Amino acid sequence: MAAKPKLWYFHGRGRMESIRWLLAAAGVEFEEEFLETREQYEKLQKDGRLLFGQVPLVEIDGMELTQTRAILSYLAAKYNLHGKDPKETVRIDMYADGTLDLMLMVALAAFKPPEEKEESLALVVKKAKTRYFPVFEKILKDHGEDFLVGNKFSWADIQLLEAILMVEELDGSVLCDFPLLKEFKTRISNIPTIKKFLQPGSQRKPPPDSHYVEAVRNVLQL
Amino acid sequence: MAGKPILHYFNGRGRMECIRWLLAAAGVEFEEKFIEKPEDLDKLKNDGSLMFQQVPMVEIDGMKLVQTRAILNYIATKYNLYGKDMKERALIDMYSEGVADLGEMIMHLPLCPPAEKDAKLTPIREKTTNRYLPAFENVLKSHGQDYLVGNKLSRADIHLVELLYYVEELDPSLLANFPLLKALKARVSSLPAVKKFLQPGSQRKPPTDEKKIEEARKAFKF
Repeated sequence: MAAKPKLWYFHGRGRMESIRWLLAAAGVEFEEEFLETREQYEKLQKDGRLLFGQVPLVEIDGMELTQTRAILSYLAAKYNLHGKDPKETVRIDMYADGTLDLMLMVALAAFKPPEEKEESLALVVKKAKTRYFPVFEKILKDHGEDFLVGNKFSWADIQLLEAILMVEELDGSVLCDFPLLKEFKTRISNIPTIKKFLQPGSQRKPPPDSHYVEAVRNVLQL
Repeated sequence: MAGKPILHYFNGRGRMECIRWLLAAAGVEFEEKFIEKPEDLDKLKNDGSLMFQQVPMVEIDGMKLVQTRAILNYIATKYNLYGKDMKERALIDMYSEGVADLGEMIMHLPLCPPAEKDAKLTPIREKTTNRYLPAFENVLKSHGQDYLVGNKLSRADIHLVELLYYVEELDPSLLANFPLLKALKARVSSLPAVKKFLQPGSQRKPPTDEKKIEEARKAFKF
């Protein structure tokens, strides 16, 4: 029987959170090793497990995968969440890339000085409201289906839900002009694997706080 | 017969150049429509051609694709440059993402004010010779094959060789200690389609100089 995937990262969201979401949504149990000391990180590097000296690292199917998007793509394909043909796959990629960009802005904002952080986060909310969410609202409106692509649950739906919840943490009213996204949010949140992941005690991580930022700076010596 | 892909972008490298390289290496003829004034970009936005109001945008197979990675993934799949299975694809993605990370740093250099440029150059040089080039040199060394993945040309080789040209433009001495990468560069450059693309008069774009940036800043007000 195959071993569970093992995730190496800091004890927080960062670039690993979308990977946790995808695994959880696919109903895949995974283990986590948290980087808390410089020594752990240096050991990973010295052992040659980090191709570019960076985490996220995911051990899966005999591979040591790094680079967030490479990992996400592999998992999406493995768990049949990447469309049924290249035309569906490219749409999923377009949507997922857009939402991932938005979420990475939030992850990076945590490391900025307070004023810049406020500005960055405000920009995220603005982009969500004016650039990203209108697109997804229209997609759902145009085809009237439950999921973004091919009338089937895919990686794009998981990423969009994750992004919606993340932006709502910054501004609770962000979905007020997007009725279909509100329904989408409820619908996807009720998928059993996702519902479970959204409950306290799951491997979902909280928003970054100063403690998390300090821990990362310490391990990476930033 | 299907029309040629049409690339919509500025007349410069930016985020479209890797797409030009990939199409060219795959032997695919393509057309370009250059955005030269703000009105050109506005027109594309207003007629709904740009999903997230951004370029690159590539018209291909009846679709208007945006998001650089989504476009590259689609082209690589279509022209069999993406490995033979999921595991090869994961390696190709991991390598391509590493190339993109360094490529992004180098791409942003011309946008720096001259005073800051030297400061930015030092970490880029360091990452080139200590992180990225050694990683790829070691991959080639580990299997002794002509190409990065599966003993066959893939998008990873094309993206890497493109990057090696940029590293060389920055400072040829950076490639000094990487014989296998130099050999890969020579090998890929001599493939007929790539050789043609490297010749004057092709659709390959020249380095982005300060004059061009100034023109773009004035035209697009940034």
